[in-house]
Amino acid sequence: MSSLDTAVRIDKRSEPTKPKAGRRTWRLTGDSLFHAAARFAAFLAVAVLFATVVAITFDSWPSIKTFGVWGFLKSSQWDPVTNAFGAFPFIIGTLVSSAIAMVLAVPISFGTALFVAEIAPSWIKRPIAGAVELLAAIPSIVYGLWGLIVFAPAFAQVEPWISDTFGAIPGVGLLFQGPPMGIGMLSAGIILAIMILPYISSVMRDVFMAVPWSLRESAYAMGCTTWEVAWHIMLPYTRTAVIGGVFLGLGRALGETMAVTFVIGNSNVLSASLLMPGATIPSVLANEFTEATSKLYLSSLIYLGLILIGVTLAVRLLAVLLLRRLASREGAST
Amino acid sequence: MNRSSRGGSARLLCGVGAALTIAMFCSVGVLAAGGFTGAGSTWVYPLLAKWSSAYQGATGIQVNYQSIGSGGGIAQIKAGTVAFGASDMPLKPEELKAAGLIQFPTAVAGEDLIYNLPGIGPLQLVLSGPLVAQIYLGKVTHWNDPAIAKLNPGLHLPNKYITVVHRSDGSGTTFTFANYLSKVSPEWNQRVGANTSVAWPVGIGGKGNEGVSSYVERIPGSIGYVEYAFILQNHLSEARMFNADGKLVAPSLQGFQDASAHVDWKNAQDFYVILTNQAGPNTWPISGCTWEIMRKSAAKDSNLAVMRFFYWGFEHGQQLAQAISFGPLPQSTVAAIKAYWRTNLGYGI
Repeated sequence: MSSLDTAVRIDKRSEPTKPKAGRRTWRLTGDSLFHAAARFAAFLAVAVLFATVVAITFDSWPSIKTFGVWGFLKSSQWDPVTNAFGAFPFIIGTLVSSAIAMVLAVPISFGTALFVAEIAPSWIKRPIAGAVELLAAIPSIVYGLWGLIVFAPAFAQVEPWISDTFGAIPGVGLLFQGPPMGIGMLSAGIILAIMILPYISSVMRDVFMAVPWSLRESAYAMGCTTWEVAWHIMLPYTRTAVIGGVFLGLGRALGETMAVTFVIGNSNVLSASLLMPGATIPSVLANEFTEATSKLYLSSLIYLGLILIGVTLAVRLLAVLLLRRLASREGAST
Repeated sequence: MNRSSRGGSARLLCGVGAALTIAMFCSVGVLAAGGFTGAGSTWVYPLLAKWSSAYQGATGIQVNYQSIGSGGGIAQIKAGTVAFGASDMPLKPEELKAAGLIQFPTAVAGEDLIYNLPGIGPLQLVLSGPLVAQIYLGKVTHWNDPAIAKLNPGLHLPNKYITVVHRSDGSGTTFTFANYLSKVSPEWNQRVGANTSVAWPVGIGGKGNEGVSSYVERIPGSIGYVEYAFILQNHLSEARMFNADGKLVAPSLQGFQDASAHVDWKNAQDFYVILTNQAGPNTWPISGCTWEIMRKSAAKDSNLAVMRFFYWGFEHGQQLAQAISFGPLPQSTVAAIKAYWRTNLGYGI
């Protein structure tokens, strides 16, 4: 009888005015309230995103009208005195500093995750995983100060060695020339790498741990080494999640502001060398927004913000495409 | 199961209700009666903070100053959301006219170059305006350059790369510095010019006076420019300069005030005068000033309150200003400001 009652109640969910349903009415109202709240929250997030893009586009309109899209993207002049603005050095700075961060952070994250998930004895797993995750809890301004006060002077001692060793190589050498200052594109990339390391490595670790034991043990039984298990079993099995984690880190690196502003050197002049100062879109915004006195200047800064949104969306799209391609290839091979 | 879900909904409703109540109470913000708000320049913030707290002690009127930057200050006063705006760069008379604004100076200050040369202490290095322009243009790149050696015959200058440090954020300090270089170097004037932030030909940018000085302290062979008050507080190595009269001077409050004394404030339209490179034997060449901006169309009570506050500062705030290395305006300038208020607003104090 009671089970039938429940069944009826489930069937007639949408009829709150059934007799003898006083308790139910209350529950159902709560339910629909919850539905409405959830829907509202979801649409609110979308609406905020759209409103932001619309508002930013609106505010950057004077600059879009003056410099156009392509003209703004390719011009490397940023001169508040003559009101001539272009985004090229900042786009390059944003991409290069993030690229350096990825080159350094991805292999280290892979190593950390693999060590914790597969190699380390259990008593050391927790402390290491915890310590790496603590890196994510440090505010970015602290990274900036640490980078400026501790890291940069130490790195300035290493830089002469870098420019002597790599600076002499034809071609590549151009990337490693310049006076040793300890700040610049390379320093910013290294600080960024430390900052995004916990994000990438914790995703990797979680998915590595989720690889079924049967798979790993069969591979070991076949005589595979740890490296072979990691490279041929665990990584292919977790590929989508690993790529997702990598792009999560990249997204953070692209938008990081304060830490980069402290160590990148803030020069609007584009330089071939990674040891020379540069600037990223977020660092220019942080630096120049407060004292932007002319309308065109301000709208050009907002325009930069719009471009940053564009770059981030492009990266996200790239991740989705990459994942889709991998998925379809996997589908084809099995 | 049923019971627990009921409890859950009830708790949810209670929670939402509580949140709404809290939000309602929080949104009731009240500004103290009789007080007013200003916004703008970060440079003048230490001075206005001191003045406003002393002014509140003396009169009970609360002045709330938000140091959001000159650009923000100009935008806010144009929009009419604040009683006065503060800018480190004066607005041109035609811009003031177009927006229905007036401006007047507040106090004078100065800045100097600091350097990191092992073995060379404060005030030992001597520089001239054209030489600084050459360094900041990237034309003079090493410390043992003959142009530097000529001004410093007694000093042993190393064969070291000059790391040029400038402000990365927009700033009145940059405007004053770039304006000075524009006056002493035609090439700078043509290639770079002056603004709160400029297209630097060379160098690295530090955020704020702190950013510039920390770069200079950490990079041997570097040079940067910071506010004089900041040099005093942090015991940095500052240079001596040749001024417009060709005299070798060290930075001092007196030097900044001499610069303002050689300016004809009375005849300058809307006080549009820059204090850099002024005449006078003791004048410090890189002196600057900060301006307050008001709306002509603002309520008379509001404008009068602003005028009373600044006039009180000119009269009674001199010691406070000097204590933080801001030079008070001379009496004649204060009189000119009073006359300017009356002419432009139709009323005064």
